[in-house]
Amino acid sequence: MLSEQHIAKIEELKKRYPRPQPVILAALWMWQEEHGWISKEGIVEVARLLGLPEYHVYGVVSFYTMFNTRPVGRHKIEVCTNVSCMLRNSDRILDHIRTTLNVGTGETTPDGRFTLVEAECLGSCGTAPMMQVGDEYYENLDEAKVDAILSSLK
Amino acid sequence: MMMEPLILPPVPGLRSIDVYEAHGGYGMLRKALAMKPEEVTDEVKKSGLRGRGGACFPTGLKWTFMPKQTDKQKYLCINGDESEPGTFKDRQIFEFNPHLLIEGALIAAYAMGVGTVYLYIRGEYNRWIAMVQKALDEAYGRGYCGESILGSGFSTSITIHRGAGAYICGEESSLMNSIEGERGYPRVKPPFPAQFGLWGCPTTINNVETIANVPVILRLGWEAYSRIGHPKHPGPILVGVSGHVNKPGVFELPTGVLLTEIIEKYAGGVTGNKKIKAVIPGGSSTMILRGEAIEGVTMDAEGLKAAGSSVGTAGMIVMDEDTDLVRVLTRIAGFYHHESCGQCTPCREGTGWMHKILKRFETGAATMADLNLLLEVANNIEGNTICALGDAAAWPVQSMIKRFPEEFAKRVMPTAPQGGGAAGASARGATESASAVGATSGTTLSPAHS
Repeated sequence: MLSEQHIAKIEELKKRYPRPQPVILAALWMWQEEHGWISKEGIVEVARLLGLPEYHVYGVVSFYTMFNTRPVGRHKIEVCTNVSCMLRNSDRILDHIRTTLNVGTGETTPDGRFTLVEAECLGSCGTAPMMQVGDEYYENLDEAKVDAILSSLK
Repeated sequence: MMMEPLILPPVPGLRSIDVYEAHGGYGMLRKALAMKPEEVTDEVKKSGLRGRGGACFPTGLKWTFMPKQTDKQKYLCINGDESEPGTFKDRQIFEFNPHLLIEGALIAAYAMGVGTVYLYIRGEYNRWIAMVQKALDEAYGRGYCGESILGSGFSTSITIHRGAGAYICGEESSLMNSIEGERGYPRVKPPFPAQFGLWGCPTTINNVETIANVPVILRLGWEAYSRIGHPKHPGPILVGVSGHVNKPGVFELPTGVLLTEIIEKYAGGVTGNKKIKAVIPGGSSTMILRGEAIEGVTMDAEGLKAAGSSVGTAGMIVMDEDTDLVRVLTRIAGFYHHESCGQCTPCREGTGWMHKILKRFETGAATMADLNLLLEVANNIEGNTICALGDAAAWPVQSMIKRFPEEFAKRVMPTAPQGGGAAGASARGATESASAVGATSGTTLSPAHS
């Protein structure tokens, strides 16, 4: 289920478009914000709220990389490894996180605290290397900075 | 070449509407509302402004494609999907001057008679979405947005539409599908958006930076604006510099500025005073240039075309003499493989094949015949897809092979025959290898990893 506030927000957003379907991404964002990932239950709920077939919602979910289709850790760490970051040693950052957390990319720590993934360009090319955790951008990274950030994320 | 910054002036707190108004903000909206809509379009047309999203299409001309007489709702989509590797300019506008963008959107909407504006911002930029939303709320609060703006009788709404992670949604027809709540597949053109856009209605799609230039044009007047920078591609341009430079960042410069000047004067020169091996001038889709070939080349559509590349998003990536370009290209190819929407076979399959062949070069398992094969795959993608992602994937590969053949030559298997080189492999040989790749690709061309 989605919270009352989010359902009210969905109703508000529907007024911004000539039909309910465009609210699909916003509704999925709300579900992910509440539940951490888009489960089958989430797909069914969004489909119901917008009057769409479930297969359509599933098709949209699977098209976009930011929707988690499996449970993830409390903090999803996304390390950009695209060219501008690569030229400024994003590999070292990624390796350092892998070693520190003892996880591979795409994996979650056993305590459910972190999920580590590689990301495509996140628009921080001038402040590379970088990683995104939740909505937060951490830029101009080095190993010491990464250590401090990881220990601050409980 | 010095110029007072017009898009990102160094005014503290400009993000707040009070500061923005104190510096003349929303004055150009008032000015526009006192003009006829077609006069506004004409002003933009005469200014010479060309789109800043990559295609450099004349903005005013694009606006004239919108039908004047229509029973249908008209739409303006502002493209802030900003996902081209090496590009981080729209983000600066969201953060430092969101009201300029909003004012530009309102003026553009007025000029085209648009009642609904969607500002599409990539999902990862949630922090910046919050900044723009705050500015938007302020603009609504002061009557700049919504019903009968400033008592003019003209009404338009602006809604931020958050993406969810898909490079392809920066392609204009894909962006419209994404707004409609579909999967972000590009559409076949024609019909063009001005005839058949959002929900089949007349729609114009402009880049964030393009729209931010509109109030500047009205403020300076088209004549003064058209004198900034290169006459055929005038105005200020936000140039992003990343990679091996001392001071990476976004610099607002007049078009026509020398690439060497951008690197030396603004980006602080190459790290460690090394030589430049290569420059990607406008985001990863644009053709790569040799370091020695950037002498005298200017940052504008004409200058970069003459140099064998394009402006793209003006996101320059600078690579020093020690850069492993095969690795760089492999990474770029991996990106396009990941981002291909899968709709067109040449792109869906070809981007994966290119990535796979390049992996062989990266690991030293390639032969010179692979180079021919790589080029053939790229040539078969280019021009054979619905949208420009196919071309964007092919160009870096084609230009790298053409301009840096030695980078590949030194990465082939030591046991492989070296004499023939790329030109040595026959067309038949290349075809055979292509089918060999196809036959084995099933195991590796699984849906892209995230």
